Amino acid sequence: MEVSIAAAEAVKQANVDVISAYPITPQTHVVEHLSELVANGEMDAEFFCVESEHSALSVCVGSEATGARSFTCTSSQGLALMSEITYIASGLRLPIVMVISNRTLSSPLSIWNDHSDVMSIRDCGWVQFFTENGQEVYDHIFIAYRLGEDREVLLPVIVNMDGFILSHVIEPIELIEQDKIDGFLPPYQPLYRLHPDKPVTMGAFALPSIFAETKKAQEVALQSSISKILEVWRAFGDITGRYYNPIETYQAGDAETLLVTMGSCGETASVAVDMMREEGRSVGLVKIRLWRPFPFDAFKAATLKAKNMVVIDRAISIGGPGGPVASEVKAALYGEEPRPSIYNFVAGISGRDVTPSDYIKMVDKAEIEIEEGNKAGYEIYGVRE
Amino acid sequence: MTEKLNVFAVRTLTQKEYFAPGHRSCQGCAEALAVRLVAKALGRNVIIAAATGCMEIVSSPLPFTSWRVPWFHVAFENAAAVASGIESALKVLVRKGRIPYKKIVTLAMAGDGGTADIGLQALSGALERGHNFTYICTDNEAYMNTGIQRSSSTPFGAATTTSPAGKVTMGQITWKKNMPAIVAAHHIPYVATACPSYPIDLVQKVKKAAELKGPAYVHILSVCPTGWRSAPDLSIKLGRLAVETGVFPLYEVEQGKYRLTIDFPKLRPLKEYIKLQGRFRHLTDSMIEEIEKRIHQEYEQLKKKAKKGV
Repeated sequence: MEVSIAAAEAVKQANVDVISAYPITPQTHVVEHLSELVANGEMDAEFFCVESEHSALSVCVGSEATGARSFTCTSSQGLALMSEITYIASGLRLPIVMVISNRTLSSPLSIWNDHSDVMSIRDCGWVQFFTENGQEVYDHIFIAYRLGEDREVLLPVIVNMDGFILSHVIEPIELIEQDKIDGFLPPYQPLYRLHPDKPVTMGAFALPSIFAETKKAQEVALQSSISKILEVWRAFGDITGRYYNPIETYQAGDAETLLVTMGSCGETASVAVDMMREEGRSVGLVKIRLWRPFPFDAFKAATLKAKNMVVIDRAISIGGPGGPVASEVKAALYGEEPRPSIYNFVAGISGRDVTPSDYIKMVDKAEIEIEEGNKAGYEIYGVRE
Repeated sequence: MTEKLNVFAVRTLTQKEYFAPGHRSCQGCAEALAVRLVAKALGRNVIIAAATGCMEIVSSPLPFTSWRVPWFHVAFENAAAVASGIESALKVLVRKGRIPYKKIVTLAMAGDGGTADIGLQALSGALERGHNFTYICTDNEAYMNTGIQRSSSTPFGAATTTSPAGKVTMGQITWKKNMPAIVAAHHIPYVATACPSYPIDLVQKVKKAAELKGPAYVHILSVCPTGWRSAPDLSIKLGRLAVETGVFPLYEVEQGKYRLTIDFPKLRPLKEYIKLQGRFRHLTDSMIEEIEKRIHQEYEQLKKKAKKGV
């Protein structure tokens, strides 16, 4: 099954009430399939093709606040256009779920995959998952609703799915029986909803005397959602046998050098790790699944014993210290002693292929550079100059 | 039929206030009056999606609210999209049996900036999709909330902080965007203009808008003493003068048919309206004449449409 179709099937199985979206490559297959499901009566939902992504999310904000489980999906420029509302949705504590079929931000215009779109809204206050394969995409839609709608959480959730590399790939996906889903994900019961029976004001403005308190409350909610995330993953594992962790490791326990990846490139990197292990090299892999809230403890536990770390970023922070993942990782380990030396590659931007041999080359280069004393190196991998 | 059901007298207006007193609007704010009347017209079974702007700022400083009905502010340009979401949610939740059926009006509310400028796209989208909602534009003819900057709804010649009366140009150099005509071009069931100086007419129109199935739009001229540089006690009079001079004709477009709701055999001289407002202080007699000519032309065009019934 194509991964985008699986995502749409998950939205159907999650019994979503309102779907609102605007077409953009490579998100289209998700909403095309959803509109088919609605048109054929296989799914009972209000589906709107709106006139922009800004309105797509605004519709979801309106419907979610009225108590309807809501879904949208976008990519790239579309996400940039709706970015204003992403911040508002989390401030209003509305558990909308959005799948982002990750794609490069223009310019130059490019439809291919990297993480520059979602990194532009890194601080928008949504829970953010990165997925590695189609199964994870499918699974995380249920996980996202169950988590976001939990009254101790009440936050919107982004499920990142690499555009084309995941979204358009056909792979075997194990679907979950509907009764299991219904048990895992009960109908949405909002804490407050817009309804004349109990009038509430939502979206009031804050003066400086109260603004900081509202933001602190939001920060505490997102930070402390991590224990709920672990709980929801455990509950999900109990019904499916698939247990997820904020940080996944592969051959990392004793590794001197760790590759750090996020998203679909983890699978290719694991092949590279196998190849290097066969050569007797001490290399492992750390994959970040939970990006927001950042799982500091789990990340430290997985990495502090290593000597070198090679962080692969799929986005650039132009004029900054490298890629956003490397910045995060460096900040996470700053207070620790000893800590691994970190070398950062920005690789595979705008969908350029990164093969197992590329990972090996990056590890080679990083190990040499660190050995020579370059302990905070950063480069864009494979650029013709 | 609906018209017959909507016979009104002042005493039939509810004494209940859904937009509570104690809000922070300026003295003589006719926009606050318009909103109060809209709220009275719709009663308690309404959900309001409000755009950023004066009415949002004066009514909702956290942790206070002036709203006794469910009220939701999200952003500046998306009141129509948010209302679409509310309306769809009510529909699907009732269909799925998760909330009991109740007749609830979904109301979107924005100023002229949030409607004619930044919110135009979201409004057009929501009208085209045919949501069952009513959209109210309270038009005070500039961005008053941010400090009187010009919008596309600012009338020709008016001085604002971004269309000042300078030595080369004399205030706003473009003509007011005709929002009701743009909305009417979407062929929705109901479009109307109103002004709180004519409260019964306003209430009737809002009620009619809410009762009809499908999208409806009411464009309400809202005198703003702060931005118009007029005396706060003249707001009602200015609203009347706007109508009586033909600057802001009161009409409705029901199922595509135009009807003037108040007609005047002879319009009052434009000067009577203009001279009470500091924003037009710099206009010369010849400029006022030029403006008046255009206003009369537009009024005649409107009358023709109303006569033909199209």
